[in-house]
Amino acid sequence: MKRWIALLILLPGLAVAAGSKVALQDPNIDLTDKASLQRGAQTFMNYCLGCHQMQYQRYQRMFNDLGIPEDLGQKYLQFTGESVSDYMTNTMPAEDSAQWFGAPPPDLTLVARVRGPEWLYTYFKTFYVDESKIFGVNNLVFPNVGMPHVLEPLQGTPRLAYEEKMVDGELVMRPAGLTNDGNGRLSEDEYNDTIRDLVNFLEYTGEPTRLKSESIGRGVLIFIVIFFVFALLLKKEYWRNVK
Amino acid sequence: MSEVSVDANKSAPNDNPSARSAEPESDNPRRKFLTIATSVIGAVGVAGIAVPFLSYWQPSDRAKAAGADVEVDISGIQVGQLIRVMWRSKPVWIVRRSPELIASLAAVESELRDPNSEVEQQPAYAQNQYRSIKEEYLVLVGICTHLGCSPQHLTDGDFAEHAEGVSEGFFCPCHGSKFDMAGRVFQGVPAPYNLVVPPYMFVDDNNIIIGSDEGAV
Amino acid sequence: MTTLLAWIEARIPMMRTANVHAIQYPAPRNMNFWYVFGFLATIILVNQIITGIWLTMNYEPSAQRAFASVEYIMREVNYGWLIRYMHSTGATAFFVVIYLHMFRGMIYGSYQKPRELLWVFGMLIYLALMAEAFMGYVLPWGQMSYWGAQVIVSLFSAIPVIGGPLVEWIQGDYVISGATLNRFFALHVIALPLVIVILVFLHIIALHEVGSNNPDGVDVKHPKGSLPESEKTSYKIHEHFTNRYDYADDVVPFFPHIVLKDLVAFSIFLFIFCYIMFFAPELGGKALEHPNFEIANPLKTPEHIFPVWYFTPFYAILQAVPHKLSGVLTMFGAIAVLFVLPWLDRANVRSWRYRSGLHTANLLVFAAVFIFLGYLGGTPQEPWKLIAARIATIMYFMFFVMLFLYSKHETTKPVPKRIPR
Repeated sequence: MKRWIALLILLPGLAVAAGSKVALQDPNIDLTDKASLQRGAQTFMNYCLGCHQMQYQRYQRMFNDLGIPEDLGQKYLQFTGESVSDYMTNTMPAEDSAQWFGAPPPDLTLVARVRGPEWLYTYFKTFYVDESKIFGVNNLVFPNVGMPHVLEPLQGTPRLAYEEKMVDGELVMRPAGLTNDGNGRLSEDEYNDTIRDLVNFLEYTGEPTRLKSESIGRGVLIFIVIFFVFALLLKKEYWRNVK
Repeated sequence: MSEVSVDANKSAPNDNPSARSAEPESDNPRRKFLTIATSVIGAVGVAGIAVPFLSYWQPSDRAKAAGADVEVDISGIQVGQLIRVMWRSKPVWIVRRSPELIASLAAVESELRDPNSEVEQQPAYAQNQYRSIKEEYLVLVGICTHLGCSPQHLTDGDFAEHAEGVSEGFFCPCHGSKFDMAGRVFQGVPAPYNLVVPPYMFVDDNNIIIGSDEGAV
Repeated sequence: MTTLLAWIEARIPMMRTANVHAIQYPAPRNMNFWYVFGFLATIILVNQIITGIWLTMNYEPSAQRAFASVEYIMREVNYGWLIRYMHSTGATAFFVVIYLHMFRGMIYGSYQKPRELLWVFGMLIYLALMAEAFMGYVLPWGQMSYWGAQVIVSLFSAIPVIGGPLVEWIQGDYVISGATLNRFFALHVIALPLVIVILVFLHIIALHEVGSNNPDGVDVKHPKGSLPESEKTSYKIHEHFTNRYDYADDVVPFFPHIVLKDLVAFSIFLFIFCYIMFFAPELGGKALEHPNFEIANPLKTPEHIFPVWYFTPFYAILQAVPHKLSGVLTMFGAIAVLFVLPWLDRANVRSWRYRSGLHTANLLVFAAVFIFLGYLGGTPQEPWKLIAARIATIMYFMFFVMLFLYSKHETTKPVPKRIPR
């Protein structure tokens, strides 16, 4: 197989200890892009739901919001639960998973509201091989992460690249970016699109009412402006003779 | 912003005989128009803000999920047996009636309030003597039409205590309402109507869905 | 109809109340935009009470269910998200308008004689509001709810001897737990709202007894009989007032004049409020902090703990003092000193329009220091911030010290007898 090396991210300010400030990248997600959300849902179902639940999100709500017909959704996206109105949970016992991972894998319904889409996007892009860790990987924005790099079959094996640099007259090795073994199923661009879709989906589940809120909001703001105009004219009318 | 304030609004300066304004304020059409317009827009706003507060009381997604259609396997029900399932948090009875019981339904009709099920307490396809799609299987919402208790199913002649000569039926312990084995109410009891037949349909011979009938099978 | 109204009026004086307190209430005609925040605060109070009642219908006050029930409201109840955002945005808006309302009182000297108790009642409302907001923030039972409560409740442990047992008593457990959540819920939804409503009522009664101040600090009440008929206001002012005082054309009736002014301000406020509520309800993590979307975990403290923005000035003062008990005392002292403001200011002139440049500078520096403290208390700690917080803390208290010192012999400009035209 052709080996390609890609410098995934430039880390100008990266200090010696990996895990200090890493510039977060903006995935430019778009909640109105239903195709993107559907692909993100698919990635989530295939790679995340095995360990992480979305215990506040119903399949049915997601199917409706994402424009997926319920029967198709149930056939191709719903691997757990019986009814289409079930929550997106898995059957992994919490005690076991706590033993395997050190802590039970967190629920991901609201993860985008805790971390923000930029953090999530960068997180998926900054795994790297670190044999000293239990799962053989580490992460630049989440140091000592207790989770395997489940998207590795897609991305390929990422490695931390080092460069020699003179610091205070001494030659030291310092992290300079990430390279990739090129053994993934997706090209770099395809992988970026995949995780962008996934982050988009996580952003959606964090707040399924976001778009509705903004569309109602626009109407309300216009209404308030109209009310303001009339209230102002009426006020002026009453105050005309006061001053 | 309410209508009431509009009246008070106009009365305040009117009470004022020596108002400094050049024109009599009550005759000012601009002021009148603006007052009405602002009040109307304000009233629309108040009505608009009431919508989410009223809608909030509607059944939530959780309630709707709990109220979803229920599929029941009826192949295991013995003749004469009654099973209970939950549908929209209400008890639904499914009774497999014996041929003798079905034959006896006609006999009590003179004692019933609405023997022909003329009051709409059932879907059209259950408006028959058996109040069911198939004679054998009776499907009923097990809630008394009087005040909402769940009646008891009395068999083996126990029902005769309450209705002479009728061996089986439903008896409501709360206020003594009586129903026959088609859920039809007897005369002289507090319950006004027959028991409700929910919408249901047969998926196949062994399974029924309660809650949806898609034009009835 | 008239007979019916008269029959009612003779038994419960509704029209008289409306006339005394609104329709024929004399309000200074020069009240500017600074004077709308009291009205806005009242509106927000009503909003908080109504949305709060609605939220209570689906919220479950238990450590097991609280977080999930909030998400249930946000996702599964019709418009639950809107009601909750109205409530959370309302909390932030409440403090914005209250801080502006208080600053108005400071720049125009509205706390001075005879309005000392009006100010004190206002401070009591502010205090009750802080308790209300703190307990409300615990209810979603997220990480910030939990750890914020942990930090705030621990403040009481600084008290010598009784501190430890007192904290246990407040928590109802050895840690913040479901027991704490339940009692905070009870206090948040009924006890404190009741206290606040009563205090607001008393605040308004006190205001209407002494009358509204104004940007010029001019007294609009003149001794009875001191004004010739020609100079008296042509508006109908209720006998309740005219029997005791004369009013010149410095006043307008509260309704409709002031109400219409308030209505205009209200629609501007509502625009900003709705923009935040519909488009940015988290307000960049200031109104709803990001870690609070993670369920409370007693084993894991979030990386940075901040109180919600409206507490951060006091939080910065707490952090500035390197001694536990002194820090707590300084923090509470920063609030307590505001109570005695009417007696620290010994000047006879109210409004900063007629007071010395020193006073104006002192007020502006105080406002800047307060905002700066808020910034310090709401961002991650850094070494320079500790020093800055100490300096800012000293400057916060210096405002009061300086005011006390210079106000007695302050050079002031002559205050006009009437509101200038």
